[in-house]
Amino acid sequence: MNPALDRYLATGAALAARLPGSGLPWVRDWRERARRRLGELGLPTHRHEAWKYTSLAALEKQNFEPLASPGTVNDVAAWQLPGGAHRLVLVDGHFVPGLSDLGRLPPRSVVKSFADALAQVPYLLENVLGEGEEPDALAALNAALATDGVFIDLGDGVVVEQPIHVLYLSTAAGSMSTSRSLMLVGAGASATVVEEHLGLTAEAYFVNVRSEVRLAREARFEHLRLQREGTKAQHLGALRVRQAAGSQLISQAVAMGALVSRQDIATHFAEPDCQARLNGLYVLGGRQHADHYTTIEHASPRGTSRELYHGILDGHSRGVFTGRVLVAPHAVGTDAAQANHNLLLSREAEVDTRPQLEIYADDVKCSHGATVGQIDENMLFYLRSRGVGLDLARNLLLHGFAREVLEKIGVASVRERLEQLLIERLPEHENLEGIL
Amino acid sequence: MSSLISIRNLTASVEGKEILKGLNLDIGPGEIHAIMGPNGSGKSTLSNVLAGRENYQVTGGEVLFEGRDLLALAPEERAREGIFLAFQYPVEIPGVSNVYLLKAAVNALRKHRGLPELDAMDFLTLVKQKMKSVEMNPEFLHRSVNEGFSGGEKKRNEILQMTLLEPKFAILDETDSGLDIDALKIVADGVNRLRNPERSMLVITHYQRLLDYIVPDYVHVLSGGRIVKSGGKELALELEERGYGWLETQPRAAAGRPA
Repeated sequence: MNPALDRYLATGAALAARLPGSGLPWVRDWRERARRRLGELGLPTHRHEAWKYTSLAALEKQNFEPLASPGTVNDVAAWQLPGGAHRLVLVDGHFVPGLSDLGRLPPRSVVKSFADALAQVPYLLENVLGEGEEPDALAALNAALATDGVFIDLGDGVVVEQPIHVLYLSTAAGSMSTSRSLMLVGAGASATVVEEHLGLTAEAYFVNVRSEVRLAREARFEHLRLQREGTKAQHLGALRVRQAAGSQLISQAVAMGALVSRQDIATHFAEPDCQARLNGLYVLGGRQHADHYTTIEHASPRGTSRELYHGILDGHSRGVFTGRVLVAPHAVGTDAAQANHNLLLSREAEVDTRPQLEIYADDVKCSHGATVGQIDENMLFYLRSRGVGLDLARNLLLHGFAREVLEKIGVASVRERLEQLLIERLPEHENLEGIL
Repeated sequence: MSSLISIRNLTASVEGKEILKGLNLDIGPGEIHAIMGPNGSGKSTLSNVLAGRENYQVTGGEVLFEGRDLLALAPEERAREGIFLAFQYPVEIPGVSNVYLLKAAVNALRKHRGLPELDAMDFLTLVKQKMKSVEMNPEFLHRSVNEGFSGGEKKRNEILQMTLLEPKFAILDETDSGLDIDALKIVADGVNRLRNPERSMLVITHYQRLLDYIVPDYVHVLSGGRIVKSGGKELALELEERGYGWLETQPRAAAGRPA
């Protein structure tokens, strides 16, 4: 038996009566099944193909514990999106109404905390949450321990113009924050959700966050995960999407923080003519480790998917990228393209990139490409030959490399914030002042 | 008249293979020299060595620019001193806007010359005016450097940069390659507008055609890593007619400007 696993299971069992929705039999049942499933599966190890390069040892070594109430945060002005947003703030895994500002939402839209949703409109969640088993051990861990999260339900044709900004703050050393979110986007409806993660402590803590998304016909959904956790944090994030006919998903995953982070991003084309764009950027240094594990299931005809991930790695950092593309036998007319490019700024940095294409249909277009290397000497020489100094030339190229991904972000305020954060991470970045 | 640039017995190799084998050339202020020669004669090696590309090793000789040792300078220092290379194959740089490159280059140069940086408005006014002169749409400012540009657009972008940086000595490396006649005229017009009594140019080309539009003062033939013949602009016509074969067996000619 694994003592860490037992500990997390025991915590889940002890908390069960106090977790949101515990008054509802189907929620109790959901959590109980999740604990059982976690017990059966155990925490993943290097022996699991999907976890070959990423270790969860820190979760076993340290006993991270959920907090009964949120830590003190006085205001969130510094993290507001300048262009305006519907804001939900979770501190240490608990929704904090006083820091949140939902603003004016269109009719036939529900946006609230997961706990409030289970208390007020449980019937909207039951069919989705209650169905089937959690897909893997970390999803089960998440279900067993989720203290809160976000619930979004948009009626058919509802368009939410401003982004829905979910701010997750961690304030306490040794804390475990577990959030479960459910996002249901009606036929032809459209929304952008920005999930942003910040650490207000320099010590180690553990965040486990999971969003389940259902896109109805012709829905359009953009999801951003901005992982800016504290430098000693452990972050496990997941986004799992199920798409109906003609729906569009855009997923943007940016990882700049945490000591160890893992992002599981998966979408399933349940009906024909779906589109998905998965973009990602990881900028790592020191001993940071970031793993992006993406899966696109072309389970229906004429689906289109595009995937672009860029990594910049300095110090002893390590990046892992997996791009799984599964094309079912009847998914004819599938068009899938994937690229992962990495720049290594030090000899000690390391990247493992693996495309995994499983194609069982004829009449499909699938391509993939991956590179790992240093800054291009020809580009560097070109800039220098125009009088641009070496340090500035390098920074322009790094900025440009990251911008290829960032420019795909639709929300201007987020794009600009990320560009600024990126610039601040570049060496001698003052030289970019007045140029960008 | 003293030379702006003086190349003395220059030898250089690429990946251990000697390409330049004792090249001599003097270029005075305001002069336009053309270098012609067959493929593999060392034309591109010469331009890359002068601009300071690192994988080209100078194994002997010297290059003096305004009397100073050019080869001791980093590529960016050479550019700031007034050397400009218009590339044969301008590299595409995804994600880096043309405007970023131009601003960084102009500011670096102004700083070197002890001038204040241009503010955003003055810079844009200047760039747009120069773009007009090479018939470039202002939208190219916000496109990534050379990315997805046609052959002609890339070369015009090179001439735009040259126009902005106002070098003392410009090297045009096969600027005519890949251009149709209309694009060639636009590029040549841009170059000709930059001619003045101080600014010198080295025009490297495979074909005589470019020299109909950019008329040189001197023409040199590079063969086997050396200049084997020098003459006036009429030499280019002769080469067009007779090819290079008759020169390759000739003894090494006296280099630089004919006496």
